[in-house]
Amino acid sequence: MNLDNIFNEIEKVDPEVYGRLDSRRAAMKSFARTSGKMALAAVPLAFGSMLQKAYAGTRSVSDSVVEILNYALTLEFLEAEFYNTGLMTTGLLAPGDVRSGIEIIAKHENAHVKYLQTTIMKLGGTPTPKPTFDFSGGSGSGNGPFKGLFNSLDLFLSVAQTFEDTGVRAYKGRAMEIVGGGDVLTAALQIHSVEARHAAYLREIRKTLGSGIGNVKPWITGNISGINSQAVQPNYNGEDVTTQSGINIVGINGFPISFNAATEAFDEPLSKADVLAIVTLFIKP
Amino acid sequence: MPKSLSDELMTAHEKDRAQLSRRKFLGYAGAATGLMAALAACSKEQIQSTSQAGSVTADGVDLGSGDVGILNYAYALEQLEAAFYTMVVMNPYTGITPFELSALTDIRDHEIAHREYFKNALTSLNAAIGTLEFDFSKITFSSRESVLATSEAFEDLGVSAYNGAGRLITGAAYLLQAGKIVSVEARHAAFIRDLRGKNRFADDTIINADGLDLTRKPSEVLPIAATYIKTKIDASHLPTY
Repeated sequence: MNLDNIFNEIEKVDPEVYGRLDSRRAAMKSFARTSGKMALAAVPLAFGSMLQKAYAGTRSVSDSVVEILNYALTLEFLEAEFYNTGLMTTGLLAPGDVRSGIEIIAKHENAHVKYLQTTIMKLGGTPTPKPTFDFSGGSGSGNGPFKGLFNSLDLFLSVAQTFEDTGVRAYKGRAMEIVGGGDVLTAALQIHSVEARHAAYLREIRKTLGSGIGNVKPWITGNISGINSQAVQPNYNGEDVTTQSGINIVGINGFPISFNAATEAFDEPLSKADVLAIVTLFIKP
Repeated sequence: MPKSLSDELMTAHEKDRAQLSRRKFLGYAGAATGLMAALAACSKEQIQSTSQAGSVTADGVDLGSGDVGILNYAYALEQLEAAFYTMVVMNPYTGITPFELSALTDIRDHEIAHREYFKNALTSLNAAIGTLEFDFSKITFSSRESVLATSEAFEDLGVSAYNGAGRLITGAAYLLQAGKIVSVEARHAAFIRDLRGKNRFADDTIINADGLDLTRKPSEVLPIAATYIKTKIDASHLPTY
């Protein structure tokens, strides 16, 4: 068995292995392990051959990463402008704890926009331009279900909660596509958990202010939005899953884990299509 | 009998092949299919990699290598959190409000759900580490501040651990499962932080100027967690970056 055969065999098992960022990284690691077992003189040849193949197709890999980052950038534009508008609207957020909390969130969303733009450019991509938003959720009509949200703290916080919970689901839904993606994946995960912190805060604030319907908690119970509008239901559908990779969580191993706890313990992803269907309502075509 | 070089190469090759086919499968299996379906398609030997996950040596209990190692790493942290909150709910601190007890009970249940999920997933891979022993002697369970400060530290640590381990995972289905859990840990962290003081849910001590949350490597997380874990853990086979 010679080295060429080894690599040929690897390619037979997974022809796309060299065309994906994660696979390239993993192949490198795999190679590092394997090379320890090879005769030293044979290593450079094998390494050169692997590199050549590993870097073929880099273009398409970074294209797909850029596409995902631009998807994230659109969501961050939405959130940033939403909070910026809220903070600039006279009479909506009086000085106080809630305003301070929203200022913290706004700071992060604006930072995410900048960070994603910079990262996309570093990867050789073009950041998507900021859309024109319709925060009423009326696809540009200004007459959507959340009309008047900048004049109502209750409505504003409801939409804020929805955006954050949806952001968490959106990042989660696409992180898998950059499995093994190194720094870019880590950054996406770091944004993802910040969105979750925001969501928990907004949910708690809504409960404190008594603006929730039912008993909204920092975590998502079932597929309940805690918001008095059916318009946000698609954002919460599918959160009521109680089985994780085939393992039933309710009452698992004899522990008294209820339906509610089982659904709260795991946040569920949303597909790109589902997120775009939701986001489209807030974008003027 | 000593192995020949060709035997060694063959073994290495088979490992690579197993890893590649596993990742390929998981990568394309997607969210809906999930771990159990993946298990059906991959033999245990393929999922298991070089070190003996769950075995106990002089170096401690072996987390294992590859994705299994990372899953055991997460399982260890979830064991820590679940054990802590079980104590908290059994010994409520002085002056606890019904709201606080209810929320901490929720969190306990979430952490038990995470722990048992990993236990079952890893057991089906024949790779689960055993039940760890903990040392909570530094925590005063009757003190609200001691309990909530520890809770905050554990939740922030958990978030940073999952954020840091994500890039080490090679199977997309595993990455998704970790993602489903980490955002719940972040929700816990934000909630507990705000219980301790207003608008601490995502303050500048944890979120950087780019708006990014904490991230820590396993080699940074485990020494922190070790303060509370009696059982010696061998993380030497975990993937690194």
